[in-house]
Amino acid sequence: MKKLIPAIVLLVLLFPSCESLGEIGNFGADLAAAGGYISQDQADAIGSAADSLEKAFETLSPEQEYYLGRTVAATIMDTYPPIDDPAANSYLNELGQALALASDKPYTFNGYRFILLDSDEINAFATPGGFILVTRGMLECAPDEGALAAVLAHEIAHVQLEHGIKAIKSSRWTDAITKTAIAGVSMTDAEVAEVTQSFSGSITDITNTLVVSGYSRDQERQADEAAAVILARVGYDPADIILMLEEMNARWDPDGAGFADTHPSPEDRIRKVRKTVDELPSPESRNLPVRDARYAAALGGI
Amino acid sequence: MKRILAALGLLAIVSTALWAADMMSVQVSEGELRARAGFTSPVVTNVVYGDQVEILRDYRGWYQVKTDDRQSGWIHGSALTDKRIVLSSSGDVATGASSDEVALAGKGFNAEIEAEYKSQTSLDFSWVDRMQTWGISTEDLISFLDKGELEEVAE
Repeated sequence: MKKLIPAIVLLVLLFPSCESLGEIGNFGADLAAAGGYISQDQADAIGSAADSLEKAFETLSPEQEYYLGRTVAATIMDTYPPIDDPAANSYLNELGQALALASDKPYTFNGYRFILLDSDEINAFATPGGFILVTRGMLECAPDEGALAAVLAHEIAHVQLEHGIKAIKSSRWTDAITKTAIAGVSMTDAEVAEVTQSFSGSITDITNTLVVSGYSRDQERQADEAAAVILARVGYDPADIILMLEEMNARWDPDGAGFADTHPSPEDRIRKVRKTVDELPSPESRNLPVRDARYAAALGGI
Repeated sequence: MKRILAALGLLAIVSTALWAADMMSVQVSEGELRARAGFTSPVVTNVVYGDQVEILRDYRGWYQVKTDDRQSGWIHGSALTDKRIVLSSSGDVATGASSDEVALAGKGFNAEIEAEYKSQTSLDFSWVDRMQTWGISTEDLISFLDKGELEEVAE
């Protein structure tokens, strides 16, 4: 046994670039336990240490997520120009911040930020780190503050669930993690070139997923359910997400650009989120004149 | 040799446990310690990326922590990490910084990589930089919630 434990530790340490360090550690430990060399508890402890090592190699820090998010946001805004309306964007950020703080991930490295994009396309994007971009076309679907809150909550949920980071392809992921793990703060020119290449590939993966291919149906379901929870926590009606999806459904063109291209049909999403919505508390009143007034004042001119 | 390796392995696990027991690091660029566990509670003091804080107690995702200069307050757990964050100013500590218990601030995808990417692509970051200035103050948040008859949930 004394010989076996260091052998497993060594095995794990020697293969830092392997995609599944945890599996090696767990497999080795289980093998040792099965052979009667160590107890199952000891095997579990080794397996757990191996899982931690695996996690270390698969994690990007919030700071690194922020830098990915900045470039993804800049890339999207290169195609979809923002609307330069301070009052509208200020209102959007107040609403968004209220919702983000009620999410399971209230803090990102530099906070959530929200902006309107000047496009007729019905769409919204969330980058790692919390840059959230909403098109005018999407805004026009939202009849009131609660419906717009549902859109923002859905995007915040994608950040909370780290769907953007998960869009990085696994081959690229291994490459990026390995390179960023090797590179320190003071990088040589060659290291800068290599890490920039990984960075560039990661940006392509995330942006393509957001703009072209979309998240999986399951990820959209998760984001809709988390959005309903966020809405209820702040005091909006969680059914606002169904209302918003119904509005989007009325404009649904399966062959159209934007959300039709990257999302399951609104009907499908309504069916899936209804159970979560029904289980959440509804506020006594949903259409407050004060909310309607500030919504119209900030966004009426867009 | 094998015994030394085993001892080293154990040491790594034990040191992680010791660090994780009552210390955490601030993993956001700027954070606030508040009087109570809630986003609208008054700010007691500010903390910055890499600050190490002692955990006094936790409540529904919030931590009451104490700073180096003995100020205490509440901060949401999403602003903290179990890892010890090492700042680049403390010297060349790149080696071993990828381990589970230590993170090197500013490594990997950082401002330098963004600048390099920008020079290759001519991508315009001016809107992203403008967005970054649009933070919402606690006062504005409270006003938005109150006027809209909404609530801040301390969870």
